Amino acid sequence: MEQEKRTFSQWFLSRKVQRVLVITTFMFVPLLLLVVFTYFPFGKMVQFSFYDKKYIGEMRWVGLKNYIDVFQREEIFQALFVSVYYMGGAIVQMALALFFATMMVFKVKGEAFFKAGIFFPYLIGGIAVGFIFKFFYARGMVFDTILQMFGMDIENIPLWLQDKSINNISLVATSVWRYMGQNMVLFLGAMMSVDPDLYEAASLDGANKWHQFRYIIMPSIKSIIVLNLILSISGSLSAFEPPYVITNGTMGTGTYFVIMNRLAHENQKVGLACAMAIVLLAIIILCTVAQKLFFKYVFDDGTADESKAAVRRRKQEEKRKKAEAKRGGAAV
Amino acid sequence: MTQKEKISSILFSIFKYAVLIAAVVIALTPVCVCVLSAFKTNDEYAATSVLQLPQSFLYFENFKIAFTQANMARGFLNTGIVLVVVLTISVFTGSMLAYVLNRFTFPGKGLIHNLFMFASLLPGIAMQVTIYQIMYSLGFVNKLYGYMVVLMGTDIISIYIFLQFFENLSTSLDESAIMDGCTYFGVFFRILFPLLKPAIVTTLVLKGISIYNEYYCANLYLHDKNLKTISTALYTFTGPYGSQYNYICAGVLITIVPILILFLIFQKQIYSGMAAGSVKG
Repeated sequence: MEQEKRTFSQWFLSRKVQRVLVITTFMFVPLLLLVVFTYFPFGKMVQFSFYDKKYIGEMRWVGLKNYIDVFQREEIFQALFVSVYYMGGAIVQMALALFFATMMVFKVKGEAFFKAGIFFPYLIGGIAVGFIFKFFYARGMVFDTILQMFGMDIENIPLWLQDKSINNISLVATSVWRYMGQNMVLFLGAMMSVDPDLYEAASLDGANKWHQFRYIIMPSIKSIIVLNLILSISGSLSAFEPPYVITNGTMGTGTYFVIMNRLAHENQKVGLACAMAIVLLAIIILCTVAQKLFFKYVFDDGTADESKAAVRRRKQEEKRKKAEAKRGGAAV
Repeated sequence: MTQKEKISSILFSIFKYAVLIAAVVIALTPVCVCVLSAFKTNDEYAATSVLQLPQSFLYFENFKIAFTQANMARGFLNTGIVLVVVLTISVFTGSMLAYVLNRFTFPGKGLIHNLFMFASLLPGIAMQVTIYQIMYSLGFVNKLYGYMVVLMGTDIISIYIFLQFFENLSTSLDESAIMDGCTYFGVFFRILFPLLKPAIVTTLVLKGISIYNEYYCANLYLHDKNLKTISTALYTFTGPYGSQYNYICAGVLITIVPILILFLIFQKQIYSGMAAGSVKG
């Protein structure tokens, strides 16, 4: 008995068994969750996209009809058109973020305050943002009052959320308001990775602000800009919260996701909604591939990264050798 | 510096501060006007312009009404429970997974890594169409634990943050501990886990804020009145209070204050977490 127990614990403590144990136990929960809540529903989604299906009841095979509908139903086409507004918004947002980040890279007193103030909207929840802007845009409320202060006549001010010629722009503006600061923080982080002495040296050499921007700042952030530009394509197609919360997608403000959400959960056209999701996923994958290719062939960032990793590894190796040498020396 | 350069430098400074102040004003105005209205009585709200200061910043009646009408006590309680459970489990599962993926090589490792990366591309809201059916057949709809499981199941950000942290964590510590006879479990829990503190804080703050703000799934899976989270509780203002914005603003501010406090304390972690989460897109 005694003997057996020891061998069991020995077996348990052997490296090989321990390795297997640690790998399986540590990965079990995340993998289970990944399968149940990502890949299983993903498989179902692909399957349903070929069926006419409601939440409960029979499924009927319809082949590619759902996919054809995605490109033929007017409301979906309309949603794609709305996405163009969000794409425009994304570009404006990035330009503003780039501009303010550049301003902050040059010495600014109270930098923390400006950064925090511009960034804070990002942390406010979607529902709160929704109410804030319902209040902001409502007739006779905040925005109208501000414009009247500047001498505009209320008769000439459009209904920001109802007027179809402007309501999408109003909604996109809320999105720019919310995410610009976050973009700015990202850009600023990338700009700060440049050696600050470089700016000093450049200005001593007589480079003006524009030159500093063009030759020092731009190169340090061009990859993050391209990344964000490509992401903005899939991002603008996935725009959801502003119209969902503020206008509920009425008056022609329904984005792709709002329409999909409505088809799935209100009209119970599960098959069609799944086909819409798959089409969107295809676009996202295309964007990701484009981004990878772009980085590989245009920026050659892959190799730069690799060399960074190599340097890090070499340094670690050196450190370890030093530590070992120390330990060895002490033992002797 | 020549005279001309000095002048242009001063002009640039003026321009720089002017645009930055303008940006902060634009970023904060929509929130600040809510503060003004939240402190106004009904009569005052009806009679005065939205940009006018309230008579007193000590009139808390609207906050009381908003808090009780939207049942925010319940909302904070539910959101609190969800936060504690989901964050605790996510920190452990995320860091354990990152440990295994970073420190071991085994068949299928690359595949698993890629499966997690690919999962982050899948559009979240679209996936809920079919996740809803799974939740329904598991009997998880309208259960707080069901909602928690969904939040844990769609968590990729914390895995990213931990993976990146492990990449920069030297393996020499693990190795010497193993030479001293420590088990792999011991290495993780006794040696590495305490070192993960910065990554844990970043995960807690970023994921905490995103859970606190989460609305879509809470609305989809929790129908019961007693299962409202803080977001869905706030959303109840849509109906009855239509345009009584002094109440609504008070409600909005109640939900924003905790976030503001967290932000002031953890600014650094939030900024750095932003960068960590964005690298992979």
